[in-house]
Amino acid sequence: MEFVSDIGASVTGGLAYIGSLAGLAGRAAYYTFIAPFHGKPLRLQRAISQALDVGVRALPILSLITFFIGLILALQSAYELRKFGAISFVAGAVAISMTRELGPLITAIVVIGRSGSAFAAEIGTMKVTEEIDALETMAINPIHFLVTPKFLAMIVMLPCLTIWANSMGMLGGALFGVAQADFTFGRYIQSSIDALFLRDIISGLVKSVMFGATITAVGCHEGLATGAGPEQVGRSTTRAVVMSIFLVVVVDLIFTAIFFFVSDH
Amino acid sequence: MDEQFDDSPLPDVMISLRDLRVSYGDREILHGVSFDVMRGETMVILGGSGSGKSTLLRTLVGLEKPSSGRIILRGKDISTASTEEMDDIRRKLGMSFQGGALFGSMTVGENVALPLREHTELEDSTIEIMLRLKLEQVGLAGFEDYKPSELSGGMKKRAAVARALAMDPEILFFDEPSAGLDPIIAAGIDQLILELKRAFRMTIIVVTHELASAFLIADRMVLIDKGTVVAIGTVEEMRNSRQPRLRQFLDRVAEPEVAREMDYLQMLTQQSHRGHGAASKRGA
Repeated sequence: MEFVSDIGASVTGGLAYIGSLAGLAGRAAYYTFIAPFHGKPLRLQRAISQALDVGVRALPILSLITFFIGLILALQSAYELRKFGAISFVAGAVAISMTRELGPLITAIVVIGRSGSAFAAEIGTMKVTEEIDALETMAINPIHFLVTPKFLAMIVMLPCLTIWANSMGMLGGALFGVAQADFTFGRYIQSSIDALFLRDIISGLVKSVMFGATITAVGCHEGLATGAGPEQVGRSTTRAVVMSIFLVVVVDLIFTAIFFFVSDH
Repeated sequence: MDEQFDDSPLPDVMISLRDLRVSYGDREILHGVSFDVMRGETMVILGGSGSGKSTLLRTLVGLEKPSSGRIILRGKDISTASTEEMDDIRRKLGMSFQGGALFGSMTVGENVALPLREHTELEDSTIEIMLRLKLEQVGLAGFEDYKPSELSGGMKKRAAVARALAMDPEILFFDEPSAGLDPIIAAGIDQLILELKRAFRMTIIVVTHELASAFLIADRMVLIDKGTVVAIGTVEEMRNSRQPRLRQFLDRVAEPEVAREMDYLQMLTQQSHRGHGAASKRGA
């Protein structure tokens, strides 16, 4: 019967973890949206430099990956569609899978690898070298000082990156369309646009905002939870990446289900 | 030791500890510490590794919560203070951490100016002047634009002191000021502490296990051992004391029973109040 209590313990542990993530994200959201009206100004300068790091510097690698993903999607859907002589639906298939699902997801994964891990490493190192303690003794709130600029940068930049990723994916699909499926470039783009509804794009963007909040919360939480000693920083960074990927998929599932049932009725 | 204190601190008392207890999880680190620090005095907290002296310091600046007892800083009990009250108290404290704890992503100047930018509405030009003043006080004039990684160990400590001084604190805390420094550089830091003491009449708390440094800078000292106060007094009183544990510390007599692992474990177990101590990794 011991495994029952083990399951109970890990469920409680998991819920406590989600709770502390929500607490962290909630406080970051408070400092982003509410505290500025109560005389605690946002650190825009820091947020902008974070946004540059999270967003602009991710563009080359994100473009390359999503271009390939678009191309792969086109190849995979064409494999099935051509059996029915419906190869002209490739454009729509790529456009819908990119905007609803793969654009936000691939963007989140790239950002986890680049920035979620960096958040954990940066804050973890500051924890080990007593810099977090130093902030507190200077009466500077570490969440306000460190987490909030990252939070703001992430929830703004992730949707932007997602829009970019969607476009690059469709470009990748267009390469196949033009080379193999008798599309002209203009016609491919036109049929992509025809296949999309605004809600496809919006649902993807809503998800990407939630992904941004999740990645920030996990990365910063793992950084702040770093124990004593430099080897702990490596452990925090690994945990941040693994937990972020897992939770992004969970959040993805939840929101996909919500959109599914909402659009159904 | 506790009997000699009555419960109401004198007006000139800057810090007052009463039966302070601190635990990490199940393990109690400080078992009821009581003493006073007067305004303008330099108090050195002595103690070996794992004695609880660093925990005491962390509790004094509000980084650890006491499990019971009182800490009265400038007449305000910080164990019951709200976050806002604690922040107000902290603006009057300066802390110099063992490794400096300078922010690696900022220059020395930005580090020192940070508390001023965060807590005051001063003009940039005023902050600039204050920054130069603080750096001059610690002998780092002209190093504003260096990154902490470009400084030597001693310079990092000096920069950390400059940052601790930024808000003109009433109480200055030092965690192991000479740790990791060669004797000459360490002596320089001792001189810096003496200068601050003379120039500003600041209340200074220093945690260290360096005896030479302690006897040089202290007005009074307190020896913490196994989480309790073993001895407290002026430099002279400490030097002439017959208290066995203090003598052992000052005369640097090795501790035979700790040499054997099993005895050490047993000692820890006996110390622990709930019988299963040594669970937490945080010793000091």
